[in-house]
Amino acid sequence: MKMKWMLMGAILLGASMSHAAPEMSVQIREGQLRERPSYLGAVVASVEYGERVNIQQQQGPWRYVASGDKAGWIHESALTRQRIKLEAGEVDVAGAATQEEMALAGKGFSAEVEQEYRSQHAEIDFSWVDRMEKMGVSPERLSDFLRLGGVKPEGGHR
Amino acid sequence: MKKRFLNTLAMAGLVGGLCLTVGCETLSDVGATVGEATGTIKPEEAESLRRAGIAVGRTFEDITPEQEYYIGRAVSATILTQYEPYDHPEANEYLNLLGQSLALMSDKPETFGGYRFLILDSDEINAFAAPGGFILVTRGMLRLCETEDELAAVLAHEVGHVQHDHGLRAIKSSRLVTAFTVLAIETTRTLAGDEVKQLTEAFEGSIGDITHTLMTSGYSRRLEREADAAAVTILRRVGYDPMALKRMLDEMSRQIKPGGRDFARTHPDPDDRIRDIRRMIGAGVTVPAPPPEREERFRAAMQGV
Repeated sequence: MKMKWMLMGAILLGASMSHAAPEMSVQIREGQLRERPSYLGAVVASVEYGERVNIQQQQGPWRYVASGDKAGWIHESALTRQRIKLEAGEVDVAGAATQEEMALAGKGFSAEVEQEYRSQHAEIDFSWVDRMEKMGVSPERLSDFLRLGGVKPEGGHR
Repeated sequence: MKKRFLNTLAMAGLVGGLCLTVGCETLSDVGATVGEATGTIKPEEAESLRRAGIAVGRTFEDITPEQEYYIGRAVSATILTQYEPYDHPEANEYLNLLGQSLALMSDKPETFGGYRFLILDSDEINAFAAPGGFILVTRGMLRLCETEDELAAVLAHEVGHVQHDHGLRAIKSSRLVTAFTVLAIETTRTLAGDEVKQLTEAFEGSIGDITHTLMTSGYSRRLEREADAAAVTILRRVGYDPMALKRMLDEMSRQIKPGGRDFARTHPDPDDRIRDIRRMIGAGVTVPAPPPEREERFRAAMQGV
């Protein structure tokens, strides 16, 4: 009986290992790789939308990834198992089943659709949305902000 | 061409209905194969049906961060047709420093273009979270906050809505079926004019669904509770006092006018939320008193707001 459970465990373990995806894609416009698994960790490199990264380690929601000669920690929410194809056309598609594993960049609700939508709605002004996008704050300024306010992030592992 | 496309959508609807009980892909595949074999549909139509069947099985969770970003941009631009932005660089910068710090400690710190915050020039007590992390907060809401911790509580609640994809959930599924069907076509070739039009209509409908939910109908109590729970977690992780969320709700409960175009219309009774939040926080939470620097910078940034 015990043997049976051990066998099942081994099979399950094998199955989960074979399903583990060693590679993932960056699903945000620009991702940062950090020296430690925390947003307070220094940025050591950046990765681009669609870039494939190799997963080497995991710690909570953080992944230690490598791409070419770059390596560092990135939060799981920046990554997807799907491959991201940056240009449409000539895809090896046997039906849309491949959508499970692949996402098309710049397709669906995209810049093209926004353009079409804007041409139909001259009354909707996007200029403040564009200005909002420029209000990004650097990682250094964010950690200064927390430090100067005496705010102490819990654990620091996030 | 258009007719066939619409037919595909109609078929997708049928498949969708059946999908509730049977696995989608299998069912549409079987339907397409049978139709193809019996000669009732052409091979390319069978292919469309397969694609549509898969499209039907998709939900808001299949919206990529990039698409979420474009939805969020348009939702924000639409809200900005009803509210003027508050053009005050220092106050907006402070809001972004605080808001982005909180967002990084959420369970979804990374969105396609990052979290961004903007003050709306309105006395109303209100805040909106558009998909992708575009968060808009009125001056009226800012004035209600007496400390940085309280403002952090308001922003963390909005980040909670983004983290849980609440905006995207408001999109009617028929629009997603259209969008994913067109997207499946887009996998193989460039879209024709009709298809771009269909996609834009689905986009426009989605923006309408979300904007209506944010500005008029509001989320369910369950989703508000989810955002409150996320806020409590975020405040704890960053190091702010989670009880500040309760204090904000107490204040809102006192100040909100029933029947107004504000938070009261789109949010559950603050008193109900306060009871839930007490349970989430639990007893015995001690957060060190904020240093004077924190309150000083809060007051400086909020000057004139």
